[in-house]
Amino acid sequence: MADEARDVNEMSFEDAIRELEAVVGKLERGDVALEDSIALYERGAALRKRCEAKLKDAEEKVAKITLGPGGQPEGTTSLDD
Amino acid sequence: MELFDDEPDTPRGNSPEFSVSEISGAIKRTIEGEFAHVRVRGEVGRVFKARTGHLYFDLKDDRNVLASVSWKGQAARLTHLPEEGMEVIATGKLTTFGPQSKYQLNVEDLQPAGAGALMAMLEKRRKALAAEGLFADERKRPLPYLPEVIGVVTSPSGAVIRDILHRLRDRFPRKVLVWPVAVQGQACAGDVARAIRGFNALQPGGVLPRPDLIIVARGGGSIEDLWGFNEEIVVRAAAESQIPLISAVGHETDTTLIDYASDRRAPTPTAAAELAVPVRSELLAGLDGLTARMSRGLELGLRGRNQRLADLGRALPRPESLLSSARQRFDLAAERLNGALRQAVSKKAVRLADLGLRTGPLRQALARDRDRLADRASRLGPALERQTRDGRQRVDRAVERLEPAMLRRLEQARDTERRVSARLLPVLVEDRIARARDRVLGLDRLRETLGYEATLARGFAVVRAEGRIVTGKAEAEGASLLEVQFRDGRLDVAPGGARPQASRKPKEPPPEQGTLL
Repeated sequence: MADEARDVNEMSFEDAIRELEAVVGKLERGDVALEDSIALYERGAALRKRCEAKLKDAEEKVAKITLGPGGQPEGTTSLDD
Repeated sequence: MELFDDEPDTPRGNSPEFSVSEISGAIKRTIEGEFAHVRVRGEVGRVFKARTGHLYFDLKDDRNVLASVSWKGQAARLTHLPEEGMEVIATGKLTTFGPQSKYQLNVEDLQPAGAGALMAMLEKRRKALAAEGLFADERKRPLPYLPEVIGVVTSPSGAVIRDILHRLRDRFPRKVLVWPVAVQGQACAGDVARAIRGFNALQPGGVLPRPDLIIVARGGGSIEDLWGFNEEIVVRAAAESQIPLISAVGHETDTTLIDYASDRRAPTPTAAAELAVPVRSELLAGLDGLTARMSRGLELGLRGRNQRLADLGRALPRPESLLSSARQRFDLAAERLNGALRQAVSKKAVRLADLGLRTGPLRQALARDRDRLADRASRLGPALERQTRDGRQRVDRAVERLEPAMLRRLEQARDTERRVSARLLPVLVEDRIARARDRVLGLDRLRETLGYEATLARGFAVVRAEGRIVTGKAEAEGASLLEVQFRDGRLDVAPGGARPQASRKPKEPPPEQGTLL
């Protein structure tokens, strides 16, 4: 729980789910103190929420870059344009 | 005046006269007219790129060389640049260069001659780039597990981008930025390299989001179609990309050099999309599973603790029962304590009184002994010292006397020994022994001649009475028995003619001293 200080809301999906797996593993082994296990559970709940949010945030957004005369990106447009 | 007066007699005919430039121009027209569009196959020789951008090189076979040139604009459009040793087919027109009396091929297009030559060139290029370390495993970056923004470098129209988007939508819809490029032809390599660098140049939080992952994709095609992805500029851009990059060029069997430089190679654009994102539904299911396991884990942990608490609680004895027996022992002991103490003290007092011990005489004796001890102790040191001193003096005196006398005597003894040993020769002793032996023998002979036994042989006899020599008549008459020794034996006789008694005395050997001499 050394990285407990890390704000869950800053975590990437991968980091969050990896830590969540670690939390679940610890709780299942049952070798943590009672106070710690409750803190772990709360941490796990926050991680799960973060993962869920990341998974829900699965919006397709496709854009084509428009290039200037020098080949530099100027903006975006729809892919079909 | 004669009309043809000054005409020499040399055959001149009616050929017109050319200036050098005129003939040069005529040749140029002829050659350019005749060879306005030719394809020439040959091996590229020396290549020289001028600072002006023009490209000069030789085409050669085993007998001849054809100077070739691509002007700056043409050179930029070449799909393949000439490399020394490359077998090519050059397309263009023949032209001349009057100032050097030279003809040359102006090359508009250059193609490697056949797939074998192309592959050989590709392999050579791959090795050169590999030697630079551009394909090294240490350079490979891991792909992000779930990229937020994916940059796709490909043609915006066509099946490839559709395939990618479709597969992304199935797995995990993401934000996709398409950087449009030409995926074949001469613009391809430059476009692709620029796109990779362009994505890398985007700043996080800028107007355009910086992708977490780049896919460079193109559908299948001939080796020539895919050639742009073999160009060094593309390979370098891919190798330098800070953003992890998946290459998906052509079909599974096509390998282009960008595949070596990319972080992952996907066999197809669809496969690239699969490498890029996980499957969302699986992740959701996995997350649900984790959530359930977490709750169950906590619950089991709590239940287990409750159970243990209850079990231990039951097993715990009442505190009163733990203490009662100890308390009883305490009460018993406490009760006996006072009486026992008093009793013990009185017993000791009685024993003390019985001993009748007085301390006065003990102290006096002790004091006496201590005085004596002190006295002796004080005398001990001086006495010892005195004795030691006396002894040492005696020793010193003795030593003084001892040494000269002893030395003298020792010296004398040594002298004597030396003298004696000097005179001591074996022959001395032997002589004396020999002389002594002679003397002994002589004396023995004398003894024999002088002995009385010899006289016996001449008729004398020795008369003895009771062992003693009888020399007179009176003596003989007095004796009861006489023993007469003859030469050859002894005979007992009685004096006065009487027969000797039968009893015979044991013969005794004559005493040693009993000789006449």
